[in-house]
Parts: sequence; structure tokens; C-alpha cells
Amino acid sequence: MEAQALQFFIACVTAAGFGIAVAAFGCGIAQGIGLKAAVEGIARNPESSGKVTVTMLIGLAMIESLCIYALVISLILIYAHPQAAAIAKIFGAS
Amino acid sequence: MVHPYLFFVKLFEAIGLGHFAHAYPHVIYSWVVMILLLTLGAIGAKSISLIPAKAQNVFEIIISGIENFMVDVSGEEGRWLFPLVATIFIYIFTCNLIGLVPGFFPPTASLNTTASCALTVVIFTHIIGLKYHGIKYIKHFLGPVWWMIPIIFPIEVIGHIARILSLTFRLFGNMMGHELVLGILFGLAGLFFAPLPIMALGIFVALVQAFVFFLLSIMYFTGAMEHAH
Repeated sequence: MEAQALQFFIACVTAAGFGIAVAAFGCGIAQGIGLKAAVEGIARNPESSGKVTVTMLIGLAMIESLCIYALVISLILIYAHPQAAAIAKIFGAS
Repeated sequence: MVHPYLFFVKLFEAIGLGHFAHAYPHVIYSWVVMILLLTLGAIGAKSISLIPAKAQNVFEIIISGIENFMVDVSGEEGRWLFPLVATIFIYIFTCNLIGLVPGFFPPTASLNTTASCALTVVIFTHIIGLKYHGIKYIKHFLGPVWWMIPIIFPIEVIGHIARILSLTFRLFGNMMGHELVLGILFGLAGLFFAPLPIMALGIFVALVQAFVFFLLSIMYFTGAMEHAH
């Protein structure tokens, strides 16, 4: 029984690691595309640099928040797991 | 997880309320932020004159900057919303910033603070909608044609609930992630000042997250005030 619970915890932590890695990968590509469009806009029209920069920062924060949701799930899986009491007992016992 | 050393929590321990302070550090640091903002406001409003002096000048720049930006997004009819959104912006920005002081815990790194701010904003959105449109506010949720209502209405309701979740978790995740990274770097290489670049990034993140919360609040309020599609 303890071995099964330990395997479950190992699976959860592995999933947390891969989850945040995939989320960061997608977030990086998306923010890169947004940044590319913003820099091209500034290059075509340097006078609009202020407005374009503000819009770009807002867009980057929105995209970043998707990665943050994945980070929160990973943190829940590792630290605030629903079975936290049982898992702590395993580590306390072993 | 390692429990960090927090100044005001130790202060409360000295008074004798240690148990309360350890369980609710976000409440204690909310009080610290409130006292700080009230003190700054009192200093700024001490001697108001038509030609502003030093402190009044700074506050006029900040307040007029926020108000002009808000009216840009929401139009003239949204000017009465300014006290609420400016309070949200200044409060969340200060809460995020005091997390960078060693020994302080940012109140926004706790789900309770961010969820309370998000609930205030979303419930106020509905109050604005009902105040401006009465019972016809339901038309905002019904979509363009009558035969798509069974599909569109649940999606709109879920979208509004998702607004609460997204506002809460965006702010909480950013601040909690920042605290965790600082804690881990400090544990790994604290003597080599490893957390310093992350703290520089933290100032930027604090401003951007407060600004994004403020901007989303204005956009939700504006969306509730205008006519349905």
C-alpha cells in the first residue's frame, strides 16, 4: 500500500515537471511572436513606439498568465497535494 | 517548505499574538500596507495649495496619470469609477512591492487577498450592468440571435466565473512564483547575492501585474456599461 502511494506521488511530481516545461515552451513561442510583431511595428513607425510598447507589455502579461496557471497546478501537485497528509506519513515513516 | 523570517510576525509574537500572526501573515502585512498608504496620503494632503508643492505635486502626477489613462479606455461616462480602480491599482502595486523588502511577505502572494480583489471587481461589474441597464442587462449574456441562447448563455456564465479565477490566479501565481524563486535561490547561493537579478525583475513584475489587474477591471466595467452587441 505504501509502495503504491509512493508511486502515485512520483507520478504526480513527474507530471508537474513536464507540465510546466510544456507550458513554458508554448508561452515562449507565443510571446516571441507577439514581440516580433511589436518590434516590426516600431521599426515601420518609430513615432508610435510608446503606444506599441504599452500594448506589447499588456499582451505579454496576458500570455504569461497562461503559463502561470500551469505553474500553479504544478505547485499544487508538489506542495499542496490533496493527499498531502498520506504522503507526509509515508515520508515520516520511511 | 522553509518558513521565512518575517519582521512583523516576530513583532506580534513579542506582543503575545504569535499564533494569529503565524497563521495569517497576509492579513498582518495588509495592515502594514494600509498604514503606509494612509500615512503617504496624509502627507500628500497636508497643505493643499493651488500651485502644488513637493508632495502634492508627486501625487497629482500619479493621480492625473491614472485618471487620464482610465478615461482613455472607458470614455467620459466611466469617470466615476476612478476611485475604485485607482485604489485597486495603488493597493496591489504597494502590496507587490513590499514583497521585495527582505523580511516582508507580500499580501498578494496569498490566495485570500487576490481572490477578494477579483471578487470585488467582478461583482461590481454586475452591479454596474444592473444599474445602467436594469433587467435588460441579461441581454449581454444572450448573444446575437435568439435560437443560439442555449449555447451562448452557459458559455457567457462560465466566462464570467473564469474572469474571477483568471484575475485571482494571475496575480497569485506571479507573486507566489516570485517568492518561491527568491527562497530557492537564497537557499542555493545566498552568499553570492544570487537573488538580486530576480529582485530587479520583481520590481518590473510588480508594476506590470498591478497594471494588468487595473486595465482588466476597467475593460470589464466598460463592457458592462456599453450596449449589448
